Amino acid sequence: MQILTVIMINSILAVSLNLVTGYTGQLSLGHATFMSLGAYAATLLTLKLDFPFVASLILGAIVAAFFGFIIGVPTLRLKGDYLAIATLGFGEITKNILLNLEFTGGPMGLRGIPKVTNIYIATIVLLLVIFSLNRIMSSRVGKSFIAIREDELAAEAMGINTTKFKILAFTIGAFYAGIAGGLYAFLFRYINPKDFGFMKSIEILCMVVLGGMGNTYGAILGALFITLLPELLRIVSPAIAQYRMVLYGLLLVIMMIVQPEGIISGSLLDKIKPKKKMEKGGQ
Amino acid sequence: MFFEQLLNGLTLGSTYSLIALGYTMVYGILELINFAHSEIYMIGAFIGLIMVSVYKLPFVLALLISMAGSCIVGITIEKIAYKPLRKSSRIAPLISAIGVSIFLQNAVLMLAGPQARPFPSGLNVTSLRFGPLRMSSLQLLILLVSIVLMIVLHFLMQKTKLGQAMRATAQDKEAAQLMGIKIDQVISFTFAIGSALGGAAGVLVGVYFDSVNPTMGFFPGLKGFVAAVLGGIGSIPGAMLGGLILGLVEMLGAVYMSRYKDAIAFAVLIFILLLKPTGLLGRRVQEKV
Repeated sequence: MQILTVIMINSILAVSLNLVTGYTGQLSLGHATFMSLGAYAATLLTLKLDFPFVASLILGAIVAAFFGFIIGVPTLRLKGDYLAIATLGFGEITKNILLNLEFTGGPMGLRGIPKVTNIYIATIVLLLVIFSLNRIMSSRVGKSFIAIREDELAAEAMGINTTKFKILAFTIGAFYAGIAGGLYAFLFRYINPKDFGFMKSIEILCMVVLGGMGNTYGAILGALFITLLPELLRIVSPAIAQYRMVLYGLLLVIMMIVQPEGIISGSLLDKIKPKKKMEKGGQ
Repeated sequence: MFFEQLLNGLTLGSTYSLIALGYTMVYGILELINFAHSEIYMIGAFIGLIMVSVYKLPFVLALLISMAGSCIVGITIEKIAYKPLRKSSRIAPLISAIGVSIFLQNAVLMLAGPQARPFPSGLNVTSLRFGPLRMSSLQLLILLVSIVLMIVLHFLMQKTKLGQAMRATAQDKEAAQLMGIKIDQVISFTFAIGSALGGAAGVLVGVYFDSVNPTMGFFPGLKGFVAAVLGGIGSIPGAMLGGLILGLVEMLGAVYMSRYKDAIAFAVLIFILLLKPTGLLGRRVQEKV
C-alpha cells in the first residue's frame, strides 16, 4: 500500500517537472531541491510551531515556490545546458546548507514527524495538481509556456515576455514539488538532506523523459514505471534483486535507444490515431 | 600555510582540469553532457589500482595502461549508448548517459564491493622544499603529469591533422563532413582522448588520497563539469583554467569555511554564470533566426 502512495507522490513530482521541462522546455537538474524545501518547511512548521497538516503542506509549498522564484529570477536568463548546471548548483548548495544548519538537524535530518500521508490524501492531492495544471495549460499562460518551448525567439517576437513566463513556470513547478516534499515527509516520518540530492532530481527527470516529455499523463506513467521497476525486479527474482541498480541503468539506456521520445510520444499517438491523408495535399 | 593551501588547490585543480577537458571536448562536438565521464574517471582509477597491486607494474606504466583502458571504455560507451541517439532530441542522450553512469557505478560496486581500497603506488613520497615552500613529491608528480598531458593535448589539437579535424567538427559538423572529414571517427577520437584524460585524473587522485572506491567519481565528476562550464564549455583552455580556479577556490574555501566546502564550488559557478553567461572563455554564440 505504501508503494502506491509513493507512486502518487512521485507522480506529483514528475508532473511538476514536466511543466518546467516538458511544456516550457527549460531543463532543470535540481527539481529535488524544491521538494526538500517543501519537506523541511512543512516539517518544521508542524514540529516546532504545531501547525496543522494541511496548513503546513500549503505553507511548505509556498516556501518552495518562493525559493523557486528567487532561484528562477537570476538563472532563467541562462539558456539550455547553462540553466541545467545552474539549477544543479543551487540544488547542491541547498543540500549543503541544510546539512549544516542547526534547526534542520544537520546530517541527522529531522525525525518524529507524524504519519499523516496516506493513499487517499496523496491521490486527492495528485488529482488537484492535475486539475489545476490542466486549467493552466489550457489558458493563455499555458499556451505561452508551449510557445517558449517551441521557439523562444518567435515567442518573444509575438509579444510574450519569455523571462516572466519562464519564471512563472519555474515557480509553479516548485510549488507542486514543495507539496510533494511535504507529503513525502509526512509519509516516511523522517527526512534527511541526502534524500533530496542530485540523484533524486535525476530520477524525477527520468520519469518525465521516459513517460514522454510535455505530456502530463506520460509523466505519471513514467513515475509509475520508475517507482515500480526496482520493486518488480525484486518480486520477479530475489537473485536479480541484487543486480537491480545495474539493470535500472541498462534499462534507461535501452529505453532511450528504442523509444527516445518516451512511452507516450507524438510518434506513438500518430500510430494510434487514424493517419491524416497528407499525400493528397501535395508538397 | 597560505601557500601550502594554494599548492593543494593547484594540485586538486589540475585533476579537475583533466576531468573538465573530457566534458568540454565531448560537449564541443556533440553538445552532450557526458554524465558517464565521472564513471570513466572511477574505472580509470580501478584499472590503475589493478595494474599496480595485482600485476605489480611500475606507476607510470600503470598510468598509461589505465589511460588506454579508459579510452576503450569511452569509445564503447559512445558506440553503444550515444551513437544511435545522434539524431534524436537533446535530452535522450542525456538520459542515456545517466543510465550508463548508473550502470557502470553499480556494476563496479557489485564486482569490487563498496569499501574504499588503498592505492599502493610504490612511489617514494618525500617532502620537498623550495625555499619557504614545502610540497610533497606526490603533488609535484600530479602537477607534472597534468601539465605534460595538457601540453600533449594542446599539440594534438593545434598541430596535427586529427586535431584540425576535431576543431572543424566542433565548429560545424556538416561543413566538416562536406570537407571529407569522417565524423564518426572524429567523435570516437574525441571520446578516446577525453576518456584517457579522465582515467589519468582518476589514477592521480587515487594515488593522492590513497583511496579508490566505486562511488569516487560522483563529486569529482560533478566538479569537473562545473569547471568546464566555468571556463566556458566547449573551450579547451577554458576547461584548464576552470579546473585550476575551482581547485584554488575550493581549497581556500576549505580553510575559511570548511563546512560549506562543496557549496562554494557551485556558488562560484553561479556567480560567474550570472556575470558571464557563457563562462570565462566561452564564445558568445549569436542566435540566428
